[in-house]
Amino acid sequence: MTENEDQLLDVAPGQPHDSIVSETWAYVIGLGLALLLTGISFWVASTGVLWGPGVAVGLVVLAIAQMGVHLVFFLHITSGPDNTNNVLALAFGVLIVFLVMIGTIWIMSHMNANMMPGPEMTNLQMQH
Amino acid sequence: MSTVSETPAVGLTHGGSEDTGLGHRGPESKSIVVPYGFWLFVLSDMVLFSALFATYAALVTATDGGPTTNQLFDRTLVAIETVALLLSSFTCGLAMIAAKRRNMTWTQGWLLVTGLLGAVFLFIELYEFAKMVAEGAPPQRSAFLSSFFTLVGCHGAHVTAGLLWIGTMMAQIWAKGFKEHIVRRLLCLSIFWHALDIIWVAIFTIVYLIGTLP
Repeated sequence: MTENEDQLLDVAPGQPHDSIVSETWAYVIGLGLALLLTGISFWVASTGVLWGPGVAVGLVVLAIAQMGVHLVFFLHITSGPDNTNNVLALAFGVLIVFLVMIGTIWIMSHMNANMMPGPEMTNLQMQH
Repeated sequence: MSTVSETPAVGLTHGGSEDTGLGHRGPESKSIVVPYGFWLFVLSDMVLFSALFATYAALVTATDGGPTTNQLFDRTLVAIETVALLLSSFTCGLAMIAAKRRNMTWTQGWLLVTGLLGAVFLFIELYEFAKMVAEGAPPQRSAFLSSFFTLVGCHGAHVTAGLLWIGTMMAQIWAKGFKEHIVRRLLCLSIFWHALDIIWVAIFTIVYLIGTLP
């Protein structure tokens, strides 16, 4: 086995690599970015200067960005050839997660809108 | 002559009559396959959580005249929980760096810090749950509260399992040293712990921050 082939061996997710300085540095960068994104999330949720209806969408985007930071800097998921299996499994997982969540929210909100009794009926039922 | 017949230049399996479908190197080592399998488990765990998130999202307005998200959630507590879990994820990574160097003191130290930060998180979460139940917002109060306790409680149960696992790994490293299979278990633990923090990011955003928007 040549040295080049050796480098193409798969790596496990979460496996640290290289020297102690670069490994620690990766975690420090990840921590910094995660803290920054968390801080922005809490600020966005508290401030009144942003357009109200857009805040929830912004928070979801910030959360997805922070999940990406965790995946890259803590779990060491990369786009390298040694990570193909890990990335493919992740991609499939993300697909299922989005199908389940968006599908449910979409269908259930329509069901609520179309089939739930209106507020006037609910009130009638609760008054007796 | 014989070399030609053993290693044909063309072919999907790069030669050899034993077609394992795993390429010319054969299967990966256990230190790759085991954490990869655990990665698949963690991803399926995230699929499980996605179902709980979907349930919560569908039921969040079904308060049945009871307390709503805005009345129940305390952002300050959630911020402390978030920072504690994030720092524990960080120190878990530092423990892995120390474990790779077979450094007993630093590995045990960082694992201990990881466990303590996880315990801080869990303590605050249980305090919040107890406070909600005392305020008349137990799981049986409304569909919203049932789904809330299921989602956040399931994450809390994972953290509890993680704490037990951290303690187990500290004992195993102490008793058996940095044997290959012990380090492999430690790597699985770190994947698990990092994944819990990823799920918490979704929880504090969707449940707590979006739930307390004015």
